[in-house]
Amino acid sequence: MKFSVTVTLKKDVLDPQGKVVQTTLKNLGFAELRSVRQGKFFEVEVDELDQRKAEIKIKEMCEKLLVNLIIEDYKIVKI
Amino acid sequence: MKSSVIVFPGSNCDRDIAVALEKMQFKNQMIWHKETTLPKSDLIVIPGGFSYGDYLRSGAIAGKSSIINEVIKAANSGCLILGICNGFQILTETGLLKGTLLRNKNLKFINKDVYIKVMNTASRFTSKYQNNQILKINIAHNEGNYFTDKKHREELQKENLIAFKYCDESGNISQNSNPNGALDNIAGIFNLKKNILGMMPHPERMVDKFISNDDGVNLFSSLIN
Amino acid sequence: MKITNKIIENHGLKKDEYKNIQKFLKRDPNILELGIFSAMWNEHCSYKSSKVHLKKLPTKGKQVIQGPGENAGVIDIGDNDAIIFKIESHNHPSFIEPYQGAATGVGGILRDVFTMGARPIALLNSIHFGSPTHPKTKSLLNGVVSGIGGYGNCIGIPTVAGETKFNETYNENILVNAMAVGHAKKDKIFYSKAKGINKSVVYVGSKTGRDGIHGASMASAEFDENSEEKKPTVQVGDPFTEKLLLEACLELMKDNSIISIQDMGAAGLTSSSVEMASKGSLGIELELDKVPCREENMTPYEMMLSESQERMLIILEDGKENHARKIFDKWDLDFVVIGRTNNSKNLTLKFNGKVEGEIPIEALAEKAPVYNRKWIKKKLTKNKVNVKSLKKIKLENALIKIISSPNHSNKNWVTEQFDQMVMCDTAQRSGSDAAIIRIHNKDKAIAVSVDSSANYCKSHPISGGKQIVAENWRNLISVGAKPLAITNCLNFGNPENEIVMGEFAECLEGIREACEYLEYPVVSGNVSFYNGTNKKNIYPTPVIGGVGLIKKLTEPLTHCFKNFGSKIIIVGKTFGHLEQSCFLKEIHSIIDGKPPDINLLNEKNNGEVVLKLINDKLVSSAHDISSGGLIIALSEMSIGNKIGVKINKPHNLMNLTEYFFGEDQGRYILEINEENLKKVEKILKSNNTYYENIGYTQENFFEIDGEVKINTNELFKINNQWYNNF
Repeated sequence: MKFSVTVTLKKDVLDPQGKVVQTTLKNLGFAELRSVRQGKFFEVEVDELDQRKAEIKIKEMCEKLLVNLIIEDYKIVKI
Repeated sequence: MKSSVIVFPGSNCDRDIAVALEKMQFKNQMIWHKETTLPKSDLIVIPGGFSYGDYLRSGAIAGKSSIINEVIKAANSGCLILGICNGFQILTETGLLKGTLLRNKNLKFINKDVYIKVMNTASRFTSKYQNNQILKINIAHNEGNYFTDKKHREELQKENLIAFKYCDESGNISQNSNPNGALDNIAGIFNLKKNILGMMPHPERMVDKFISNDDGVNLFSSLIN
Repeated sequence: MKITNKIIENHGLKKDEYKNIQKFLKRDPNILELGIFSAMWNEHCSYKSSKVHLKKLPTKGKQVIQGPGENAGVIDIGDNDAIIFKIESHNHPSFIEPYQGAATGVGGILRDVFTMGARPIALLNSIHFGSPTHPKTKSLLNGVVSGIGGYGNCIGIPTVAGETKFNETYNENILVNAMAVGHAKKDKIFYSKAKGINKSVVYVGSKTGRDGIHGASMASAEFDENSEEKKPTVQVGDPFTEKLLLEACLELMKDNSIISIQDMGAAGLTSSSVEMASKGSLGIELELDKVPCREENMTPYEMMLSESQERMLIILEDGKENHARKIFDKWDLDFVVIGRTNNSKNLTLKFNGKVEGEIPIEALAEKAPVYNRKWIKKKLTKNKVNVKSLKKIKLENALIKIISSPNHSNKNWVTEQFDQMVMCDTAQRSGSDAAIIRIHNKDKAIAVSVDSSANYCKSHPISGGKQIVAENWRNLISVGAKPLAITNCLNFGNPENEIVMGEFAECLEGIREACEYLEYPVVSGNVSFYNGTNKKNIYPTPVIGGVGLIKKLTEPLTHCFKNFGSKIIIVGKTFGHLEQSCFLKEIHSIIDGKPPDINLLNEKNNGEVVLKLINDKLVSSAHDISSGGLIIALSEMSIGNKIGVKINKPHNLMNLTEYFFGEDQGRYILEINEENLKKVEKILKSNNTYYENIGYTQENFFEIDGEVKINTNELFKINNQWYNNF
């Protein structure tokens, strides 16, 4: 079973990279641009048939390693 | 000879290269990235550093700046262009040089003196060196792992476009003497017309025996003629 | 909002302190005011527990332009050149988020230095981790090292020296101390003292977000099991913006636009505005609706206490606004006039036209609480270690074990992650006793080093305090620099604990004594208390950062042997003091007894003579003898250029282990060309300096008569393996 994990900085945490990308896109003429946040993306595959159990495992992986809960949030989606 | 050093927000080797150029008798000007025209120059240097913090990808944002269009125009009309470290990364982002620079294979920033071998002295940048001369030169980067596609790799070999390769003290080119995982130990390349050189090592750090050595001097003295 | 006891406690304020707040205001504070008091009165900003002791330190000298009390210390190195430097801790944030904690630590100390008008020219660090086998150590080390590198490399300031140490006392509380050194023209130094009324107070730099609200309070709170919950106070560093801020500030500093300038560090807008007003005996009124905010709906409380990085507060001369704004526009930084100075001597905070808070400045600054906390003298042990009763170990095996141990291994793994060369003035990089930075476009240079000795300080705080100052002084001497002044970062446990407070008082007493004797004043520093977890305090760890001057840099002197067949001499007497030595700790796991005595008279004499020999170009390489004793120092000199030695056994009947591993102070090893030997001996004798000829350098082998014989290539390999396998 395969999942995507998206890790982004928490809403209130400064995202210097997103900020620079945002300014550059604006300078390139994308006037409608509202905001950009940069994050990380993982594809995680596990040997587990029960989706609920798999998600619990992946949540554990996130909290133990993939995500720094101090500054980051994450989202798990089955793909 | 007139040189221009392009300064991006986050460039940090701009002063170092200016000092080296002036020491080698270039008439140098610093060009702020917001300028829309370039003064007439024989050499344009894109210095090392972390333009725009190297956020997104190294060199990616600088590659979209207004002054870069002028650099591309100058390059196409044959002006000499030297990109060092972040400058090399920017040149690959603009397409003036092919290939790209990936993260170092050990995933860490590396700053140390390494050895490189001069692979081609038939260029405006390297004529004062001996063929196969070994230089001791400083590297300082996170993304110096050169990579390119098969076709370009063949072209690099066929057209003799590799300027420098990482080697050991006695000139052996092997994985052991490859600090960052670069394809074929590539440390610097030319474009097809050889008016553009991109290199990861810092020649401007090697022009003062007092601080390091003078192995970088001949690169600048090749250019001044 | 009603101020409850719970709220007061959450703000780290004691009941008595709250009563004082009521007295100063003649009413109850509102939540905004309470937050401001809490930020200004906590340990980090007020130095309330340390002040009485810090006052005793020598801070003056003819080389001192500015001592403690400003953003950083300033010393005179002649020819209108000044060096501005300071060290600061970022221990707690780095434990919680090692990369960002260390990175913002570097960012903060850099701002302290360029706020004063200096272009930063060097970064140093002193980082201490728990036991190498502790499960957290590896990721903390990785994170901290890449965080320090990430910030310094990006902003383009060379990280040139430092120390990386392991000790289980830091298992749950690592230390991350960063030092920045800058260069300015002596007549172009900027201070934080406000002057004149109705002047514009300008906010420049990054926008304000909800970063690290109450970070300064966190830095002064002990960790407990719930420290995970304190996490949201860690900030993210943005070295790119700091680089812009650095260049913009230096550009504005070229003329006379700035009256005063202060970076927004701990307690952000609060401490910067209070500091400026307090020093100038003025008042400040801020219109908080003008503060550039990153988030929506930020409250005055959040704006005043935010610790968002890369921000500065500037008081401008009349009529300079447009000129200054142009510069900050060029660098894409915010520039907003958010207030004015006045003569009310109050901090007045307005939001949407309404006064939200008003506090007398003196209540926040000079009238902040000061505690003369109870402390007890360290009970000193008289235990002696009888070396004959210990399990026998061959010199060679002990040497190998020590130079392959984490604390004595080659640290290239760490230092290669730092750009040491950018700015092209690093004449000597990490690895020798001190780094050497040339002053740009001049032929003079400064030498810099950071040092600490937690084990010594734990067992005998006074000796320990003296020893670090002396060792730091020796490290500068060893590269041919005249030591000028120091900055100190005082990392201690909970000051409410009498033992900890005793360690603090006595370490400072030692530092004072050594600094006074060596004429080596303290010009800046930082105190970090509450290092420890659950009542377990760390070993007292004062860290000393020293700066010395090389008047004319010809060739940097390294500690590596240069030639075969040179004579090797030790300056200073070897007694064989083993208690608290690296040998007993690494080989026998014994941490007992008192550290070696510091004889300041000999220390000074030996140092001055060695400096003379170096200046007279009579020395090929020099190294001070410190942790591990004579044999470790010799091996370090051998490893650099893979040049071996042949060392005689001592003439007297001293025990070999004591002779080679003893950590007696005030000693240097010098490599002398045969032809210079007579001259050198004459100078040593005429200065009544004790020295011994102990052997000579040779090819291939590190050798001690009949005891040790190791190939230098092998020695190099042994010294490098620990980090390589890390």
